[in-house]
Amino acid sequence: MDALDVARWQFGVTTVYHFLFVPLTIGLGPLVATLQTLWHRTGNPRYLRLTHFYGKLFLINFAMGVVTGIVQEFQFGMNWSDYSRFVGDVFGAPLAMEALLAFFLESTFLGLWIFGWEKLPKRIHLATIWTAALGSVLSMFFILAANSWMQNPVGFKMNPDTGRPELTDIWAVLTNKVALITFPHTLFAAFVVAGSLLVAVSLWHMVRRPDADSSEHRFALKLGAWVTMVASAGLVFTGDIQGKIMTEVQPMKMAAAEALYHSEQPASFSVLTIGTLDGSREVFTIKLPYLLSFLATGNPKGAVEGINDLQARYAAEYGPGSYSPIVPVTYWSFRVMITLGLAAAAIALLVLWSQRRGRTPSNRWLLRAGLILPLLPLGASTAGWIFTEMGRQPWIVFGELLTRNGVSRSVSLAEVLTSFLAFTLIYAVLAVIEGKLLFRYARAGLPPPKPVRDEASDEADDVPALAY
Amino acid sequence: MDLSTFWFLAIAFLFVGYFVLEGFDFGVGVLMRTFARDDAERRQLLGTIGPVWDGNEVWLITGAGAMFAAFPHWYASVFSGFYLPMLFILLALIVRGVAFEFRGKREDAAWRARWDWAILCGSLLPALLWGLIFANIVRGVPLAADHDYTGGLVDLLNPFALLGAATFGAVFVWHGAVFVALKTTGEVRDRSNRLASRFGPVAVALLLGFLAWLVVDLSRDAVTIGLGGAAALAAVAALATNRVRREGWAFAGTAAAIGLTVVALFAALHPAVLPSTGDPAGTLTIANAAASPYSLKVMTWVAVLFLPLVLLYQGWTYWVFRKRLAPVTR
Ligand code: HDD
Ligand code: HEM
Ligand code: HEM
Repeated sequence: MDALDVARWQFGVTTVYHFLFVPLTIGLGPLVATLQTLWHRTGNPRYLRLTHFYGKLFLINFAMGVVTGIVQEFQFGMNWSDYSRFVGDVFGAPLAMEALLAFFLESTFLGLWIFGWEKLPKRIHLATIWTAALGSVLSMFFILAANSWMQNPVGFKMNPDTGRPELTDIWAVLTNKVALITFPHTLFAAFVVAGSLLVAVSLWHMVRRPDADSSEHRFALKLGAWVTMVASAGLVFTGDIQGKIMTEVQPMKMAAAEALYHSEQPASFSVLTIGTLDGSREVFTIKLPYLLSFLATGNPKGAVEGINDLQARYAAEYGPGSYSPIVPVTYWSFRVMITLGLAAAAIALLVLWSQRRGRTPSNRWLLRAGLILPLLPLGASTAGWIFTEMGRQPWIVFGELLTRNGVSRSVSLAEVLTSFLAFTLIYAVLAVIEGKLLFRYARAGLPPPKPVRDEASDEADDVPALAY
Repeated sequence: MDLSTFWFLAIAFLFVGYFVLEGFDFGVGVLMRTFARDDAERRQLLGTIGPVWDGNEVWLITGAGAMFAAFPHWYASVFSGFYLPMLFILLALIVRGVAFEFRGKREDAAWRARWDWAILCGSLLPALLWGLIFANIVRGVPLAADHDYTGGLVDLLNPFALLGAATFGAVFVWHGAVFVALKTTGEVRDRSNRLASRFGPVAVALLLGFLAWLVVDLSRDAVTIGLGGAAALAAVAALATNRVRREGWAFAGTAAAIGLTVVALFAALHPAVLPSTGDPAGTLTIANAAASPYSLKVMTWVAVLFLPLVLLYQGWTYWVFRKRLAPVTR
């Protein structure tokens, strides 16, 4: 074990952890804003109570997204200083834009939303939550543009004197075709997570406390289920395009996703392979003919390159060395992503069906599945990222910089180990506290109806009720 | 003015914003456990910074992001060189951030007390460590020719840096006390005003010592001396106005003292961004740490267009929450 391995583990653990909270922030923000808009339009207090209820869950989750995000930003410099030196010219710009354009917007307007309930005119107060939600979506776009540049570097030229890439076209970086497709795919994933949360929470209430606020929970359940299903369709659609673009810019990742060692034309999609994934021995396999060709190229007869051929080509281009990622990881993470995602959509559909025309769902298995529903898209997202990032290896910036050349040379193993253990430990503790708190508030149910004054007029302010 | 100088100034501006703003919420965080007497007072204190602390923290995120984009070498050397202090700042900011959000979520005294301790440590530690880091940046650290840090933890614990740490910590607590006096009514207001009067002289003494050391030992150019002198004057003015209970002026004074001190530190650095006390070739300057001209141009457009907007809506937030907070009744 050396500092490089620990730094990689730390990056993986902290980023995956960050991304457990981020999708909920991104997806739930617009949903809470929608609920508040409904209240604004109709004046029906049930929407206000739903806004308060899901707003609270949103905030408990949001805090974790914020504090784990700062770690991400610092970590580039702390553990990956050579990487930072190398990419700063290109990569730094979207990162700085994220802070300036998105984080300020999000944090400031969320503060206004939380504490502004009785201080701002209703219409402006409504605008604050929409602005905060816009901020999260923007922040996602910029960070994904930065990440997409690592997958498919564009808009730069190499400076022969320094050996570093220099930005030549920021527009190319922001409209990188990988970024343009990654953005909607990730956005849909966020909505699946948020929709599933609504389904799970309202289902629990409908079953356990059938008398309390049943019409509210029924409404939230329908909203959540529809969001989940529509966004899932979006995921399949964008994922398909993403697969094609990926095959074009990182053919090795597609080959590794399929454990395809020898180029095939037409190529079949492996649903499940038992045996050794190094291609030497297959015990049992289910294959769908032509599907891989279609996924990768859009043409059922298209050729798909295999790992061995790509390896030979890269070795000729970049020098000796191994250029394939760890195949079992990419193979399985790709399948876990798709399976969990499809399962989530199916469960949402069944739940919706089971409560048609005012029925209350009663199938025990369906109820259980509905309650764990949010875990499925979270698992799918995690798997999707593990696939994306590990599938890029051994590159940290595809074709330009190897991961092992990006690590901080001046940082000792002891130091990285300290930080890795410290973050893992504190994250584990916080996960427990956060989980308990979310449960507690989710189970507590909707707050009692309460009139909202338009604007406070007293000399001094009370501490506002919703927050802290 | 060339763009790398512009970005040096822009980063100085972002850190001025960060320390002036987060400075008072660090201070309030320390006071929540040490000064407030019961839960009602703690919630009153928390209410003063509740709507703004996260926005204040984004000044740091933007400052660091701007360093990354405009001076990648500076960002890389500072964050990897100050590894352990940065780690502890992160840990502190993590527990502090969740503590604000979580403490009120249960009606349980032990639960709240635990989070209050988290807020105390999470506010005091970063205050001290930022002092340590910035003092070391100005003083210089051992760097190799390729700009990598070659020292160890002990190199960071020199007397000037320790004074910097104590100064930042004390000044922020004082700044926080002045802010509480400005933002509350009732008993808390009177008491925090008295606290600021009693504790202020300690903070000012440390600040004067730190500034004197800076101009005598590290940078004797006229700009640094002028800025340091102005910072000292602002600090003394804050003490005086606080005594006569002109709370708005006192807060302007502590804010100006902090802002001018940070500018003085950047002036003392210029044109270096991280001087090397090891291999002289390791010194990072505005010239050799900067990103390429095109990147800087892009960033400049973004900053010129959006920074004013940010100032506008953050300013609006402070205006919306301008009223003093009454004691919590419930
Ligand atoms: C709920 C989550 C979820 C679901 C159901 C899916 N995905 Fe996905 N996928 C993600 C969540 C995700 C993600 C976590 O958001 C990723 C990681 C990086 C990214 O762009 O999105 C991702 C990445 C990702 C990539 C890698 C892109 C790259 O490395 O450049 C591909 C090819 C697909 N997805 C394709 C699909 C297909 C064909 C799906 C369904 C049939 C699918 N995804 C369902
Ligand atoms: C969009 C912003 C992102 C950027 C800039 C980014 C950047 C990086 C970098 C620099 C590494 C190098 C470390 C290594 O190879 O081990 C890495 C690895 C990794 N990242 Fe990302 N990442 C981003 C998003 C994510 C997200 C959202 C996740 C998951 C939730 C994620 C998961 C991982 C994992 C699991 C690794 C470890 C791969 C390995 O160890 O081989 N990344 N990423
Ligand atoms: C590895 C690269 C990443 C870095 C450096 C990073 C940085 C940050 C930072 C600094 C924050 C705190 C903002 C605050 O205090 O208000 C944050 C929060 C957040 N991040 Fe990340 N992040 C990364 C990955 C991602 C990805 C991949 C996404 C989305 C696709 C994302 C979306 C968000 C969102 C929505 C928040 C919510 C909290 C907020 O913005 O205030 N982040 N991130």
